[in-house]
Amino acid sequence: MYKLGIDVGGTNTDAVIIDEDLKVVASVKSHTTPDAYDGILNAIRAVLETSGVDRSQIGQAMLGTTQCTNAIVERKHLSPIGVLRLGAPATVGIPPMVDWAEDLKKIAVKTAVIGGGFEYDGKELAPFDEEAARAFFLELKEKGVRSVAISCVFSTVRNDHELAAAKLCREVMGEDVHVSVSSEIGSMGLIERENATILNAALYQVAQSFTEGFAKSLADEGITNADIYLSQNDGTLMTMDYARRYPILTIACGPTNSIRGASYLSKLKNAIVIDVGGTTTDLGVIQNGFPRESGVAVTIGGVRTNFRMPDVISIGLGGGSIVRQRPDGSVTVGPDSVGYEITEKALCFGGKVCTATDIAVRLGMSGLGDKTRVAHLTEDFAQKAMEAILALVEDAVDAMKVSADDVDVILVGGGSIVLPAKLSGARTLAKPAEGGVANAIGSAISKVSGTYEQLIDFSAHPRDEALAQAKKEAAALAVEAGAIPETVEIIDVEDVPLAYYPGNTSRVKIKAAGDLSRKG
Amino acid sequence: MRKIGIPEIEDIALGASLLGAGGGGDPYVGKLVAIGAVRECGEVTMLDPEEVPDDALVVPIAMMGAPTILGEKAVGAGEYQSIYKTVSSFYGKPIFALMPIEAGGVNSMLPIAAAARLGLPLVDVDGMGRAFPELQMVTFTIGGGSATPMALVDEKGNSCIFNTITNKWTEDLARAVTMACGGSVSVSLFAMEGAFMKKYGVRGIVTRSQMLGSAIRRVKESEAGTPEEKFLEITEGFRLFKGKITDVLREVRGAFNFGKVVLDGIGEDKGRSACVTFQNENLTAEVDGEILATVPDLICLVDTETFTPIPTDALKYGKRVLVVGLKCFPLWRTPEGLELVGPRYFGVDTDYIPLEERCKGGRK
Repeated sequence: MYKLGIDVGGTNTDAVIIDEDLKVVASVKSHTTPDAYDGILNAIRAVLETSGVDRSQIGQAMLGTTQCTNAIVERKHLSPIGVLRLGAPATVGIPPMVDWAEDLKKIAVKTAVIGGGFEYDGKELAPFDEEAARAFFLELKEKGVRSVAISCVFSTVRNDHELAAAKLCREVMGEDVHVSVSSEIGSMGLIERENATILNAALYQVAQSFTEGFAKSLADEGITNADIYLSQNDGTLMTMDYARRYPILTIACGPTNSIRGASYLSKLKNAIVIDVGGTTTDLGVIQNGFPRESGVAVTIGGVRTNFRMPDVISIGLGGGSIVRQRPDGSVTVGPDSVGYEITEKALCFGGKVCTATDIAVRLGMSGLGDKTRVAHLTEDFAQKAMEAILALVEDAVDAMKVSADDVDVILVGGGSIVLPAKLSGARTLAKPAEGGVANAIGSAISKVSGTYEQLIDFSAHPRDEALAQAKKEAAALAVEAGAIPETVEIIDVEDVPLAYYPGNTSRVKIKAAGDLSRKG
Repeated sequence: MRKIGIPEIEDIALGASLLGAGGGGDPYVGKLVAIGAVRECGEVTMLDPEEVPDDALVVPIAMMGAPTILGEKAVGAGEYQSIYKTVSSFYGKPIFALMPIEAGGVNSMLPIAAAARLGLPLVDVDGMGRAFPELQMVTFTIGGGSATPMALVDEKGNSCIFNTITNKWTEDLARAVTMACGGSVSVSLFAMEGAFMKKYGVRGIVTRSQMLGSAIRRVKESEAGTPEEKFLEITEGFRLFKGKITDVLREVRGAFNFGKVVLDGIGEDKGRSACVTFQNENLTAEVDGEILATVPDLICLVDTETFTPIPTDALKYGKRVLVVGLKCFPLWRTPEGLELVGPRYFGVDTDYIPLEERCKGGRK
């Protein structure tokens, strides 16, 4: 049995095939195409050819994609939606989408804030205004809207009202209406959680098209025995069905996959990962095998959300970064780059632009291209350029550290040839052989998870026992989703006490994750 | 008299995060409440203090409670009407205008929302000229003003008004009611007459916030000089230090975040080291063992590239910051002012020496 991992980035679509022992059998890079589908098809075709693997032996296929991010940033293919918030008389001072850009705001056909919601301790803030909700859904139905975002004050503490509204929505608008509920998508902070829910609702057709496109490209290539998964931002996988319901969770899976892939290839569980591309370099941190999360609110296409995303910084340095000498003799590298045109424009490939790659070739760090074409660059110029590159990277490494101690560093990405074997601030520097496709590998080795959520009255069920039982339930859900039982670990526990709820009640939410089992 | 609309709100919020001097919290939710109110009710008229009659009732508006709860419940539509009714019936006369009590965080924004919803003018004045952590730390205390009678209202329509015997009682009672009402409420405090506001208030503070915000936003467009020079010129700031954060020590005591941040010099400060202490807001800045600034002067840490102010809770290892000192409101430099907010009140064992004297020797 083999796994096929694919990562669709802005420039490249990477594909890898790995075997049952998670060893890389083959990897390819091809260009991302405007519709993504052709790029995926090309990558699958190429990796199958390179590997010689029998397509019927591919049991799992995983896709990491930036298509949702692109759809939001480019405002393309977003669906018309309705936005309902349960929270009046609180929250009405901030109408939904109040600070969104006008062109993006247009996706909402109608918005409303109606009675409902809870206090921080689970006490009811206001009763759920069912009548207003029904009228709202009826109007949406008449207008032909097929996707609805529902948010509610403190639904992270109690989601009863949200779920009641979702049920009513399906009753009124039909079972096939796409309902996005905020408690299933975001965390504390109403506006950010609501924003993510609205984006999720607007992405439903995008999700449908990329899940279907992926399934079709696999089928067209004769891969018919594979279970299909999509990567999400926390480094775990979701099924096609889940991805269709929660497309927003694919946001930022790219950096997550790259960091996890780098960790897997280098066998390091704690390190800084430097991913050098053609135009930019991303730096992230792997902590105990998972990416370190960012503490600040993440903005997607100008919309603030409260997603947990990997803590990544980007600097304007890549293999194609343009190198220039200033009149005063100093040398600058980037932030502009020849990008994917490097194979035509860089000196070592017969072009006319001096790039970071040319500096690496001139200094004998890489055997790419024709080294005679860079021989005219002076040693002094090349050294100054390398110093500039090092200053950029070492500063960024330093900014990602949590203390002044040296750390292990993993270097991956197609542009990583522009960096030398030693960096100041790095205790060790690992440069894994398949580092160029770390993101596709990260996608292929992702875990599967199960989430269990329940209100538990600790006066009726002793806390320790109840939590242990809840953890078992979460683990069972992970196994049901395809995890190997022995590998399942609890990765997140939330226990929020509800003071005004009968008994000694908490909302317990537990997430378990494990390695994906082999098919058959 | 001039108008405050949405672009002005954006700049005021950014400027207020600088004047927060490390504290005041994230003004984001407050900004949305202000934008929401202005979108619905129109722009706000802002008055210069001189445009307010001496006997007119002027009321500062603020929120009380946990910022995380405000982030979930925000503000409803009726709180400010409720405050208006409660306060005007208590005093037996209409409220003439509203004002902010401090120039940092959400409380720099909410009075704009209240003014828009009530159709009342906002006065270009506050009681701090920055942010401070305790209730009595306003210029009005120096003039004998009191936080109470203080009105407190929630979004459900509950309202009350407190008369208390000490500030401690005000804090205790207000906290108890705030929690019972769901953890985040709107209040009016230090209600005063125009004459008193003109005598003790920090004038022009909203305009100053807006000017600072607009300057930070546009600092990179400057053609003459470096962005840093431009930033210092516009803020009238004293350049204290430029460095990389090498350590952040934090401790929570009561409702306050104490701590200090240690910096290693970069650029022209290479080879030197500095340390900034804080209690919610920044208290002292020390370079190579020598104190260069103390509270009540403002000590602000900003990003060296974007000049965006960095609040104390976002300080972390590796960040490059410029430490800038800004002169505080002159009333804070009097013996009465220093008793309330001088370094010794915050447990810093040094006399207050004005920023510009400590920085003599041309570090500006």
